[in-house]
Amino acid sequence: MNALVLKLLVQRISLGLVLIFFVSIMIFLGTQILPGDVAQAILGQSATPESLANLREELGLNIPAYQRYMSWLGGVLQGDLGTSLTNGRDIGQSIADRMGNTLFLAAWAAIISVPLAITLGLISVLYRGRWPDKLISAVTLSAISVPEFMMSYILMYYVAVQLGWAPSVAMLNDRMSMLDKLHAISLPIAVLVMVVLAHMMRMTRAALLNVMQSAYIETAELKGIRRSSVIWRHAFPNSIAPIVNVVMLNMAYLVVGVVVVEVVFVYPGMGQYLVDHVAKRDVPVVQACGLIFAAVYIFLNMFADIVSILANPRLRHPK
Amino acid sequence: MDKPLLQIDNLTIEATAYPPGEAPRRITIVDGVSLTLEKGKVLGLIGESGAGKSTIGLSAMAYGRGGIELSGGKIHLNNREIRKARGRVLRSLRGAEVTYVAQSAAAAFNPAKRLMEQVTEAAVTHGRATKAEAEKRAVDLFRKLGLPEPENFGNRYPHQVSGGQLQRAMTAMALCPQPDLVIFDEPTTALDVTTQLGVLAAIKAAIRDQGVAALYITHDLAVVAQIADNIMVLRHGKTVEYGTAEQIITAPKEEYTQALVSVVAKDHEEKNTDLPPILEVKGLRANYRGMTRDVLSNINVAIQPGTTLAVVGESGSGKSTLARVITGLLPLSAGQMVFDGRQLTPDQKSRSRDDLRELQMIYQMADVAMNPRQTVGTIIGRPLQFYFGMKGKELRNRVVELLGEIELGEKFIDRYPAELSGGQKQRVCIARALAAKPKLIICDEVTSALDPLVAEGILKLLADLQEREQVSYMFITHDIATVRAIADTIAVMHLGKLVRYGKKSEVLAPPFDDYTDMLLKSVPELRMGWMEEVMGTAAE
Repeated sequence: MNALVLKLLVQRISLGLVLIFFVSIMIFLGTQILPGDVAQAILGQSATPESLANLREELGLNIPAYQRYMSWLGGVLQGDLGTSLTNGRDIGQSIADRMGNTLFLAAWAAIISVPLAITLGLISVLYRGRWPDKLISAVTLSAISVPEFMMSYILMYYVAVQLGWAPSVAMLNDRMSMLDKLHAISLPIAVLVMVVLAHMMRMTRAALLNVMQSAYIETAELKGIRRSSVIWRHAFPNSIAPIVNVVMLNMAYLVVGVVVVEVVFVYPGMGQYLVDHVAKRDVPVVQACGLIFAAVYIFLNMFADIVSILANPRLRHPK
Repeated sequence: MDKPLLQIDNLTIEATAYPPGEAPRRITIVDGVSLTLEKGKVLGLIGESGAGKSTIGLSAMAYGRGGIELSGGKIHLNNREIRKARGRVLRSLRGAEVTYVAQSAAAAFNPAKRLMEQVTEAAVTHGRATKAEAEKRAVDLFRKLGLPEPENFGNRYPHQVSGGQLQRAMTAMALCPQPDLVIFDEPTTALDVTTQLGVLAAIKAAIRDQGVAALYITHDLAVVAQIADNIMVLRHGKTVEYGTAEQIITAPKEEYTQALVSVVAKDHEEKNTDLPPILEVKGLRANYRGMTRDVLSNINVAIQPGTTLAVVGESGSGKSTLARVITGLLPLSAGQMVFDGRQLTPDQKSRSRDDLRELQMIYQMADVAMNPRQTVGTIIGRPLQFYFGMKGKELRNRVVELLGEIELGEKFIDRYPAELSGGQKQRVCIARALAAKPKLIICDEVTSALDPLVAEGILKLLADLQEREQVSYMFITHDIATVRAIADTIAVMHLGKLVRYGKKSEVLAPPFDDYTDMLLKSVPELRMGWMEEVMGTAAE
């Protein structure tokens, strides 16, 4: 590791931290400017001016916003995400379980979709313009064109109801073995894979085709090397940076954007947790979830940039 | 009966063009070319761009770029017909029996892999050597080709070595599988003239040592004269003349070959004036932001009205930077510039409209210097609108007049840049500069991307315009022949410094300083045995 790369990495990581800090401000401000407040939401129809004032006092809603932000940020930095306003439980504790479930689902979707997407991308380039390429594009693009909930219900109807191969509701508990768990979430995984596959596959294909125009690919072809080796050994190492970027965007989506799939399959993940508490105006929970989602997004993109930096031979081996 | 190593009979190569809005049409790129190449001999293919010389070269590997089709004739390599070869047969041939050296080695090496892996790849893939043998061979070749630290050279990545070194490494890559035939496709064209000489000598020695045959493709007759046994002159995909190198160079039969041979020998008569200089640059220094080292240091030059100052130097000498400083694109850090009696401000943004108008620039790459979506009329008309407020009929008449001056004529007014040839594009750029009625035009390598005969036409046009309009030129080039053909005064630059400056007759006459001497000696001369002479004197 040389000084230049180290400098770039330090820069990139600091940028990520600064970004998270700004996002925390945005999230806090965003939840402040929403109409109404938690006290109103909790009391609902039965609200009287007195009870509202009392509840606001009790919840600390009368303190100026910046002070509440500082104490919230201070808590977050110490690992304390606060307590839920609606059920009084520790948010950190509740989120930990949910986050575990979400990551479990996202991880398995990624483990299947990323290698599959890249392999399909490589195959598309190998058979560019011929039927395997067209078939792969047609299938993946159709899959992404169907809305997630639609795809979920179609799979549920045929695979779970008609064939009975997988459960239609993805419930997990601690007594299940890994295989049982995978069986339970097989349908949500399938839906998520289909949603993210096309984007990653198309980007792999485009990045490789772009590199395939280079003069050094002609050099490799004129060495009499098989086309598959040319693609894998000469083109792929030079297209890692754009591919990793798209892969990371999709990974972030798998963690952050799976609300619909979680709701459809009644999966106890972060998305459902967030939606429930948005409906209840439970501001501390919404803030905590927002911050965690933002952190995941920023971290994954940061990771992509770090890989791009490390994959660049000009940076790794300066003159 | 045994055939020669490579025998091409009546080869026809075609491509299909898809012009927008028209029916696809077949284009013949190579038309009925025949040639033979014996073991260990070198055949030079020479011609202008579009002559089909690279296409013929690649056909010896049964390879066609883009949609090119080897549609007729026979290609025999080692007693085997290869024109219709496919798949495994083709792969067994490429990188084993025939290898290829590309024009731009910088682009032809994979940036993500170490040189050694790439140099040995073909030999190992085809089982012509084990990995260890191939690496040993590669190190030997690095040594023969004069690369620094041959033991460790292969551990580097392409971006870690210079352009000249990469070109040598590419030659090593081609020779490593010990092929029967190597195709050299303009291997020294992208190099500086002093670098070219070394690479050329290294290639020649390596070919002789290994006893391989070579097809040597170039547009530079003087280069091919040093290396080829036989020469084929091509034009528009057809053979113009085919004979021994000696015959083509000393006694060309065809008119076209005679023109190619004589293009080298033009010399321009030096003009002298006592008028005060149009541009005087004094004690000029410049550096790029964030760099402490000066890119230009203490430059003093002057240009007389109606004359040409040629600025000569190799890449990195600072000659284009000088143009950027004078035009104000890169503000100078010290010194002053006096233009037509007025001080020029360092930054182009603070210059008066007259300063901008009277100082015009023409670039090397005419096609990227024009907006591809504007017609020739719009392009030339723009400075007329901007500086003189012309419009309507007056504007059109002036554009037509300018088109006449650059010898194109009114019919070009509605064409788009894509419909012009390279020489025509450069003419349009000249007309655009001329439209502003400038006193000084800076020409940055304006003929470098053009074929010799076309370049000759452009130089002649510039000289005629100078005579008529009394415009001055600052002519930036790396080519000594161009300098001889156009300059009145010469400034030789090296590493950001002015090493020699004065009238042409003085600068090009001995005694020389070391750098100018080397620069002049490195320019290939159109006679056989020139390289041996130069290398011989260099060795002493």
